[in-house]
Amino acid sequence: MADAGNKESAPIGGDEFTNTELENNKNNTMVEEGSTLLRRMEISVAEAEKRTGKNTVNMQEIFTVYLIETRPIDAITEGHNPAPDSLWRRYSEFEILRNYLLVTYPFIVVPPLPEKRAEFVWHKLSADNMDPDFVERRRIGLENFLLRVASHSVLSNDKILYHFLTEEHRWKEVVYETGFQAKADSRIKALSATFRVKNPDKRFTEMKHYSDELQSLTSQLLRVRARVADRIYGVYKVHGNYGRVFSEWSALEKEMGDGLQSAGHHMDAYAASVDDILEEEERYADQLKEYLFYAEALRAVCRKHELTQYELETASSDLISKKQQREELATGMVRTFSFKGMTNKLFGQETPEQREAKLSLLEEQIVQGEETVTEKTVECEEYVKGAWVDMQRFKEQKDRDLREALIGYAVMQISMCKKGIQVWTNAKECFHKM
Amino acid sequence: MSRTIDAVVSPTQTNTIPADISGQMLDLDEDDDLEVFSKDSTLADGNMFNASMQTSPGSMVNQCKFEEDEEGDSKDIFITVDNPESHVTAIETFITYRVLTKTTRSEFDNSEYEVRRRYQDFLWLKGKLEEAHSTLIVHPLPEKFVVKGMVERFNGDFIATRRKALHKFLNRIADHPILSCSEDFKVFLSAQAWELTTYKKQGPGFLSRMGETVRAVANSVRGVKNRPEEFTAIQEYVEDFSNKISCLDKVTQRIVKEQKEYLEELKEYGPTYTLWSGSEEELAEQLKGVAGCIERCCKETEEQVGHLSDTLVPVLHEYVLCAETLKAVLRRRDNIQAEFEAKNETLATKKVDRDALKEEIDKLEDRVEWANNALKGDWGRWQRSMRGDLKSAFFSTAEKNVDYYEKCLAVWETFLLSQRTEPSEETDRDNTP
Repeated sequence: MADAGNKESAPIGGDEFTNTELENNKNNTMVEEGSTLLRRMEISVAEAEKRTGKNTVNMQEIFTVYLIETRPIDAITEGHNPAPDSLWRRYSEFEILRNYLLVTYPFIVVPPLPEKRAEFVWHKLSADNMDPDFVERRRIGLENFLLRVASHSVLSNDKILYHFLTEEHRWKEVVYETGFQAKADSRIKALSATFRVKNPDKRFTEMKHYSDELQSLTSQLLRVRARVADRIYGVYKVHGNYGRVFSEWSALEKEMGDGLQSAGHHMDAYAASVDDILEEEERYADQLKEYLFYAEALRAVCRKHELTQYELETASSDLISKKQQREELATGMVRTFSFKGMTNKLFGQETPEQREAKLSLLEEQIVQGEETVTEKTVECEEYVKGAWVDMQRFKEQKDRDLREALIGYAVMQISMCKKGIQVWTNAKECFHKM
Repeated sequence: MSRTIDAVVSPTQTNTIPADISGQMLDLDEDDDLEVFSKDSTLADGNMFNASMQTSPGSMVNQCKFEEDEEGDSKDIFITVDNPESHVTAIETFITYRVLTKTTRSEFDNSEYEVRRRYQDFLWLKGKLEEAHSTLIVHPLPEKFVVKGMVERFNGDFIATRRKALHKFLNRIADHPILSCSEDFKVFLSAQAWELTTYKKQGPGFLSRMGETVRAVANSVRGVKNRPEEFTAIQEYVEDFSNKISCLDKVTQRIVKEQKEYLEELKEYGPTYTLWSGSEEELAEQLKGVAGCIERCCKETEEQVGHLSDTLVPVLHEYVLCAETLKAVLRRRDNIQAEFEAKNETLATKKVDRDALKEEIDKLEDRVEWANNALKGDWGRWQRSMRGDLKSAFFSTAEKNVDYYEKCLAVWETFLLSQRTEPSEETDRDNTP
């Protein structure tokens, strides 16, 4: 998970990692070549607050806003400690930013936002967007999003991104002025359209296949993990009953009383410990969810390639058929069967003037068509080049991040076991003294 | 057999084989009407006593070797219950258990006995012991009825649990200074099947037992007037203890249930990582590693649940039954006293043969004293047993849980170590547990 290394950043992997390691993580995860925004500017999503306002249908609503803080890095390294610039943004504004980026850089695997609604919810976890734990995790997710975007060699140079971070009020107008909204609509249509591509780049086909698998595999994992979490919760909480009953029982006994009473306390502690354990595990789930959503972005990049390729193929075959038509018209030879050709044969041919007109129209179309094909070919090639680079970058990032996540998970399990050992060792002592 | 006799049940004198406490009784044994003995204060004519124990508590205690030490340094009798076997006859199917006894006690002709007994026989023994020693605390038998959830009466787990409980039952009796001297106990351990059948047919006839039952009803209806404070205290304790131990029994069974459900989910969890590893290159190894860890934790969880089921659950259950036994013992003691008080009143108020009545009253007074002392003595003994048993069971559970977490810890630490030592940008650090 991307990490700012400053105050509100999400902990990775627990107490086994020093600050040095965290720094290294940050550098390795995010620093790209060239000067990305993040090298020049410190960014964080520091706080969350509730606001009330009127929504689009003029009804009162409560929503959460997040405080984005930025500071120029050179000011910090020079030893000054300037106060950060800050502005408030709500989740929907982040969504607009992301949609803009998706449309503007279709060849980039755009980092995803934290989930809109709580999914893979296990029993106790609140599915309520207002729940403080949910809000906190969302804050971390939003910060993560900004850090990823701001450290991306291509995305970080975007002006709209810069405005998003620095101009609270005019930003929405500016972004809508780019006209991205129209492109966004057609993009969605294109993504779901079905068409047959004759010669897609095999690497992209494989990548698309992988993105489908990644989506389904991480989904499944998250679903089962949530069920496991629910069960662990049950086991721990039932032990709380021991606490209560031991305590009551200890009042009856003279000799066993003290031992029972203390053992009861430990059982209460054991039952209570599960809340923190599962909250931490939720962070792990978030790390996996990020890649579940990333899979979608990856898929979109592959689909866009297919679309461009398809457009190129269509333009090419159009051109070929137009050239054929010209040939037929010019030589009078009918290569392929056509209804027009047949009717011409049956009912007489056109006048020479008509033929001339048709020919010149065709010539024009062919010229245009050749331009189109050239354009499309370049578009396709550039797209493939750019997308392939970013997909490689993504792959490396994914491998690093998920490896970190798995290690972090192991660390969490270890921590859970250690707590268990402690509690039950204490309980054992108490029982021994009974 | 004794079926018809015991069909007479006094409503207030409940059987000593309690029904399933949680009220979830399902399958009833075919002979469910049988096992409801009328336990009561039927010692009026004294012939319930074992011949060697007719008189005072003092002489009674001296009859047998007094075994305080249950660890058994000076144990002279060893009993095992094992080898369940199924028997099918035209009428019924039942299980017998092998009861093996090794002893140096002089009352026994041989030093070794091997007999086969069925549950009914154990019930019979318990009944006889309680008849003879109505205010002694006899360790409970495993339940007669099948608990909800277990369909097969001859299900392997059910038989194993029952066998262990029967084993414990006999050993508790063997440890008891008074009960172990019982003739019925000796016959139970040593007689061949047909000998036991014959022996069982002896004893007070139908009519005298009826008479006892009627008397018992009368006494319990009347109630005791001047119960000594200490027995009231014991009764209050037993009431509270019963509640607490039932709670613990339920809580523990719930924990077992939750753990089992957790285990089921866990079994599905590991494979999702393995499945994912199939689609990855760099990550495949780590993913498989995590899957492996989860699998191993599954095994440990399975073991832990097994331990809980084998160790803590049966003990708590036993003490739930004990609580009921204690209540019955206290009731019986009360009835003895009630009878005495009733006769006393009669002496004072009615015109009867005073001399004869006086003699009866004296005997009853002795009975009351004897009953009280027996109970007092056994009460202390029971409390010590209870503390020992429960302490040991909880301790063992805690120990197993520590072991469980330690094993899981090792599994994950090994994985972590394998990750850390891989060539990476991170500094290689020592793994301090």
